[in-house]
Parts: sequence; C-alpha cells; structure tokens
Amino acid sequence: MAKVRTNIMVCTGTGCLANESEKVIRNLEVILKARGYAEEVQVIKTGCFGFCEQGPIVKIEPDNVFYVRVSPKDAKDIIDEHIIKGRRVERLLYVEPKQKEKINRQEDMPFYKKQLRVALRNCGLINPEDINEYIARGGYEALGRVTTEMTRDQVIEEVKKSGLRGRGGGGFPTGLKWEITKKQESDVKFIICNADEGDPGAFMDRSILEGDPHSVLEAMAIGGYAIGADKGIIYIRAEYPLAISRLNTALKQARELGLLGKNIFGTNFSFDIDLKYGAGAFVCGEETALINSCEGKRGEPNYKPPYPAEEGYWGHPTCVNNVETFANITPIIMRGAEWFASMGTEKSKGTKVFALAGKINNVGLVEVPMGITLREIIFDIGGGIPNGKKFKAVQTGGPSGGVITEEGLDTPIDYESLLERGSMMGSGGMIVMDEDDNMVNIAKFYLEFTMDEACGRCVPGRIGTRRIFEILQKITDGKATMADLDALKQLAYMVKDSSLCGLCQTAPNPVISTMKYFWDEYLAFIKDVDHPRGEGKYTAENKAEIKS
Amino acid sequence: MEILLKDNVAKDGEYMTEPQAISVTAPAAEDLPKEKFDELEAFIDSMETTKGALIAILHKAQDIFGYLPRDVQLYIARKLGIPGAEVFGVVSFYSYFTTKPGGKHTLSVCMGTACFVRGADKVIERLKEKLNVESNETTEDGLFTLKDVRCIGACGLAPVVMVDDKVYGRVREEDVDDIIREYRSQEGQQ
Ligand SMILES: Cc1cc2nc3c(=O)[nH]c(=O)nc-3n(C[C@H](O)[C@H](O)[C@H](O)COP(=O)(O)O)c2cc1C
Ligand code: FES
Repeated sequence: MAKVRTNIMVCTGTGCLANESEKVIRNLEVILKARGYAEEVQVIKTGCFGFCEQGPIVKIEPDNVFYVRVSPKDAKDIIDEHIIKGRRVERLLYVEPKQKEKINRQEDMPFYKKQLRVALRNCGLINPEDINEYIARGGYEALGRVTTEMTRDQVIEEVKKSGLRGRGGGGFPTGLKWEITKKQESDVKFIICNADEGDPGAFMDRSILEGDPHSVLEAMAIGGYAIGADKGIIYIRAEYPLAISRLNTALKQARELGLLGKNIFGTNFSFDIDLKYGAGAFVCGEETALINSCEGKRGEPNYKPPYPAEEGYWGHPTCVNNVETFANITPIIMRGAEWFASMGTEKSKGTKVFALAGKINNVGLVEVPMGITLREIIFDIGGGIPNGKKFKAVQTGGPSGGVITEEGLDTPIDYESLLERGSMMGSGGMIVMDEDDNMVNIAKFYLEFTMDEACGRCVPGRIGTRRIFEILQKITDGKATMADLDALKQLAYMVKDSSLCGLCQTAPNPVISTMKYFWDEYLAFIKDVDHPRGEGKYTAENKAEIKS
Repeated sequence: MEILLKDNVAKDGEYMTEPQAISVTAPAAEDLPKEKFDELEAFIDSMETTKGALIAILHKAQDIFGYLPRDVQLYIARKLGIPGAEVFGVVSFYSYFTTKPGGKHTLSVCMGTACFVRGADKVIERLKEKLNVESNETTEDGLFTLKDVRCIGACGLAPVVMVDDKVYGRVREEDVDDIIREYRSQEGQQ
C-alpha cells in the first residue's frame, strides 16, 4: 500500500458503467500488470463524479488530471503515455465548448467551479466498497463523537441550529422532525431512509448511495441515537441493483467493525439497519405509502395526521428522511451548525444536489449552494443548450413541479422562491427544454406518468388525472375546442384541491404552469371559431369562483 | 378465507370471479417444477418472521420463477395463511411484479423525462412498429418482451434502450433496427 505512487480513479456509477467503464478498468489493470507497474499504480473504482455527459471519467491522482469519454481502448495510452512517460493524453482532456481550450484540472472546469460539495463530498473520491477509505476521510468520527460526548438533545439542537431542511421535496426542518419523534413516548421507534427516488430523470440519491453509502448509514445511526431508535430501515427501489449491492457491502463492513450492531463505541447505544425493496410504484416515495410498503402491503398513502412521527411503522413513532438529508448530517456534526448555516439563503441553508438533464450540454449531477440562480446552474455549470438552440424552460420538482421560463432564471433558488414561481424544489430533478420542445406535449408526458402512478385510492387522483390526460391528448390531436381548455383548467384545480396525497395534489402542476406561461402553445392546437383569442375563464386568481 | 385456503377449491377457482382470474398464458405445470416451489419454501422458512415480508417473498418468487403465475401467488398465500386476494392485491399494485412470462430478451426503453425530451417516444414507437407489439407484450417468436421503464439512471446517455442488462446509449430511431437485428442474428446462429 505504501508503495503506491499514483491512483487511477475510474467512475463506476450507473451512467459510466453503462458506458463500459468496467472494461476500461479491466484493460487498465491488465496493461499495468503487463508493464510491471501493478505495484506502484493502483486502479480505484469510485462513485459518480457527476459529469455523466462526459463519462466514463478517469482521474489521475496526485497529478490531478481529468480525462473524459475514455473508451476501453484508451487504456493503453493512459498507461503508456501518462503513467510511464509522464505525458498527458491530450485527446482525452475535456475541451471547454465555448473557448475551445483544453482543461486538465477538475477545479478549472466551469462545470465544477461553482459547485460546492457537501452531500457529495466523497463521491468520486473514495472507493465505496471499502469502509477504510471512508474512515480515512473522517468517516464514523461524527458517530463516535455523538454517542460518547453528546446528549440526544444536543444532537437535535445542533441539527436544528444548522437550518437543514428535508431534501426529499417537502423541505420540513429536519431537526424539528427529530425532536417531534424523540418526544413521543414509546419504547420502540424507527428511523427510515427514503431511497425510493421516483422522479424520472433524477438520480441524486442513487449516486450518493452508490458513491458514498457509509455517509447515509452513519447519519442514520446518529439520527437513531437522537430520536431513540435502535432500528433503521432503508427503503430502496428494486430498480437500483448497484446501489443495493453497495449498501449490502457497506452494511456488512460496518457490522464487522462494530460501527453498527450492539454497544456502538462501547456505549449502551445499539443500532442496526435493514434493507427493504420497493417494487416500482412512484407513490411509495410518499412517506405514509412508503411505510405501508415496508409492512409488505399495497403502497397506498394514509391520511395525515397521524404523522409517521406519531404513528408510523407498525404503529410506532417513525422518522422518515431522504438520502440527501442524511448525507448532510455528518458534516453538520463535524463542522458545526454555524458553518452549515453560513451557506445558502435566509430560509434555506446549505447546498442542494440537482440532476441536470434534458437539452443541456453538461448532463450530470451538480451540488450548489442554495441561493444560486438557475441561470448560473444552466449556463455556467450546465454549459447552456446544445446545438446553438434557444433556452425555453426548465422543469424543477419532476412531475409535481412546474416550468420556469427565461424571466425566472435570475431568481435565487430556495424552497420558497421556487414555490412562488409555481414550481417547487422537489427532490432535485432539473429538466431543461429548448425551443423545439412543445410544452403541451411535456405536460401530457407528466400527466401520463402521474395517471399511471396514481395509487387509485382517491377519486380525484384515480379518475381526475385520467380525464386531464385525455383532454391533453385531445388537444394534441388537434380535436379540442376552447371549451376543452376551460374544462382542463377547472379539472386541474379540482384535482389539486381535492386529492388525498401529495402525488395527485401536485399532479396538475405541470398543466397549470405550462398553461400560465405557454398559453399560446395550447391555443395553437385549438381551432375554435367562437373564441379565436381563447379567453379562458379560469385562472389561479379566480379559482374560488370555480369551486362554487 | 378458510374455504379459499383449501387446495382443491382454490385450484378450481370456484370462488374467483372471472375478472379476478390471473391470466397465465403458458400451461401452468410446465414451467412450475416442484424444485422451484421447494426453493421458495426454503426461503420463506429461513425468514425470522414473515410479518411484513410479503413483498420480499414476492421478489424472491419472481427471481425463481421469472414471473408470478397464479399458482405461485396462491402457494404463497397458503404458506403465509393470508387470503389469495391480499397477495394478488400487492402483486397488481406494483409494476415490478409481472404475472406473465416474458420473452427471451427484455427490451426496455427508458421513458424517464431526460430520455423523453431527447426523443425516447420516437424510439419506442419505432420498436413497437418493428416488433409488432405494444408495451409489456412479447413478440410472437418469444424473442423479445418490450417494456417502457422509468429512468434507469443513465440520463447522460439519453435516450437509453436496455436489452436485458446491456445499455445502449444515445439511441437514434435508425439504431433500433440494428439492435433488433443483432439479437435476431444471434438467435439464427444458435
Ligand atoms: C408523491 C410523492 C413522492 C415522493 N417521493 C419521494 C422520494 O422519491 N424520495 C424522498 O426522499 N421523498 C419523497 N417524497 C417526500 C416524502 O413523503 C417525505 O416527505 C420525505 O421522505 C421526508 O424526508 P425529508 O424530510 O428528509 O425530505 C415524496 C412525496 C410525495 C407526495
Ligand atoms: S431518464 Fe432515461 S436514464 Fe434517466
């Protein structure tokens, strides 16, 4: 180990694996061996670097050279040129599209410059399948400090002071949720990690679990200590086989070292974690549905209250938090609440991870401080729109969110400002659309999704979403009249106001927001002689009138 | 509930009305050998508790049998002492569970948002046309099952098509023909 002079880090996130990074690794290892360098040069499989568009990514340390789009046959040049002769392989360097210059250091790339990595701090830096690498970077120190030096109230106080809010979409203050759960009188409590990431096109949680699973396990143990739970559950989608396997490895290693299990750090605190698998239902991301699914039932949501903090898993007080929320916990304990609260805006502290996708140059995962503008994310970090096309809109919040247009690009983002714009933070999916995208089609796409995924428990959700979809279908078929547009608006607000759970309450958002910003595109499908200008009666402002 | 649990009755389906009956296209006995049931039984018996374990058991059963035909669902129901309807209720709720046997290869087209805005809808249309099936159907020769799936996490490669575990990225409409041909010719060689 001591002899190793160079590390070749290769991304093994799902995106890069799909792009043959496994073969790149195999070739690198074979050639290293053949050249007799296997002892001093080590190939490390890391988690996601975030720059998925340019994958597979290979980074050489300590030279700090960052290669992109490396194919298996490039392995030879990396070793013969870079490792042996010390010459950079120019053709594999990242070329900045605007200036056309080659960049070899990660921190010089526009994609990384404005990022601030807290939740993703270890992704791409360590081998997720080796607990020692996590420990070498300060892992499990926070758990040690918490269990031996801090009282439960101190932990909760620290998290409260940090201002951390839930990253799963709701934005509920995490410290407060912990406090509420702690206050419940019960011998049996649970802490659950929500890894059901259902928003199609979002992959933040998966990347954290694949790239840094221990950060979540450690934080769950800390949370368990604070609320008084000795049992944790990670509810993860069955569609994430790689994350599942890395979690299993991580759990095994943590148990072997006694970091999970009985009497952690010699204290009388015991804690262990179970995995439960989802089975492909978006609504199971909603916490009450998730708990039903954990119990092996149909994943239908319940009325709240009672909240899970009062009555959750098998009726016991249960605290449900998102993966990224957990990933922020250890830095808060180690570096202090003040440090965390120094980032972000007044009401939204810290950073947020976004999955940038769609019509954007740099598809990938970015972590930015709250309060940054969408323009900075899309144009500076994301590199703008490909093929010289014009930006049209960005959808945040997935199927529950709405579109934000050019005029909204300069709002500093936090939970409140996005809500004001008719969208929401959501879990962090960010889909960019260019001038070629038809917004009615986009709305239809989302409604088809929610219609499929609605659990069917409440009538507005089950039938309302279907009717909305049908009207949208009629519109895009060119068969709709102004009356249909009016009906669409009315129905959208009705479903929003009367559905049982968050899924269908927010399902009409894509329709409402595209109608607000892209009314013309709806009109373009309408051939109605009576209302050529399309004075739709229903707007957000007069929705009270609709109800009556 | 008592009645349903008795073997003969459940098998005859006497107490099941038509629409509830689970369609199994292949004759049940053929691909449901006893060893597989034994394997499933061993798995269930090895569990500390079956309380809340129905989904985990169904995952295992689908692993073993490849799908969840009615006999398997009823077997699980009897084993756990719960109504068959409860098992079917869970199976039908989750899209991951399937009650139909699939083709030799599963062709999954990602219909996540990232893939959609980069043209996944055109790709799947082309596939449907080429294979002459709809989503979740199997081709006549039993070679392909077409599926539309949500984000598989390779958004950087959008649009994405997956054949079994192999990922094809940045797929254009025209590429679809090549992919199909690749697997068809493999079949021809065997
Ligand atoms: C339809 C729906 C889907 C949801 N999906 C997710 C999800 O995929 N992941 C997640 O962490 N939270 C999801 N949530 C939010 C959860 O209900 C819950 O608020 C969250 O897990 C709490 O954790 P947090 O406070 O750390 O954000 C969803 C909510 C709704 C209504
Ligand atoms: S949306 Fe297709 S891989 Fe993510």
